[in-house]
Amino acid sequence: MSEPEVFERIRDEIGKNDVLLFMKGTPVFPQCGFSAATVDALSQLGVKFHGINILVDPELREGIKQFSQWPTIPQLYVKGEFVGGCDIVREMFETGELEQLFKEKGVALAEAA
Amino acid sequence: MPMQADDIIRLIKDGIPGAEVEIQDLAGDGDHYAATVISTAFTGKSKIQQHQMVYGALGGRMGGVLHALKLTTMAQRP
Repeated sequence: MSEPEVFERIRDEIGKNDVLLFMKGTPVFPQCGFSAATVDALSQLGVKFHGINILVDPELREGIKQFSQWPTIPQLYVKGEFVGGCDIVREMFETGELEQLFKEKGVALAEAA
Repeated sequence: MPMQADDIIRLIKDGIPGAEVEIQDLAGDGDHYAATVISTAFTGKSKIQQHQMVYGALGGRMGGVLHALKLTTMAQRP
């Protein structure tokens, strides 16, 4: 069985964006508390990221769950690697692992004010 | 349709034998839970793999009938 066509689009987006968040709503107007919490963690680190609103794209909404073998949104990808959903990202943020990951991957962080 | 906390605990324990599972009903609506799962089966596994094991135990309910489950996994008590 061939893989869903939407996987090609997903790979393309992951390849184009160093830090990519599949989310409900947009970074400015998240439409789910879990997506909002994930955006908040990224924002606090000063990471530039691209958000894709899966609510307006049903094909992508189902496709990304299969692609990642992960049942929920949001989903964070850094340099092509699936990092996790809201709980993992929040936990990594709190322990400092998230900042470490971005540094290791060479992702620019804004200087803390 | 919401899930009962007891059902969530049972499914996780069936899927990950020997796991300790604690559930909190976050909103009191039977739809938003937080679960802590402690199992030696998580040893040496990444966070993603640990969470995938729990989602696997829930057998496709996560993201479906089970809308929100804030998940914390650990191999042993801190």
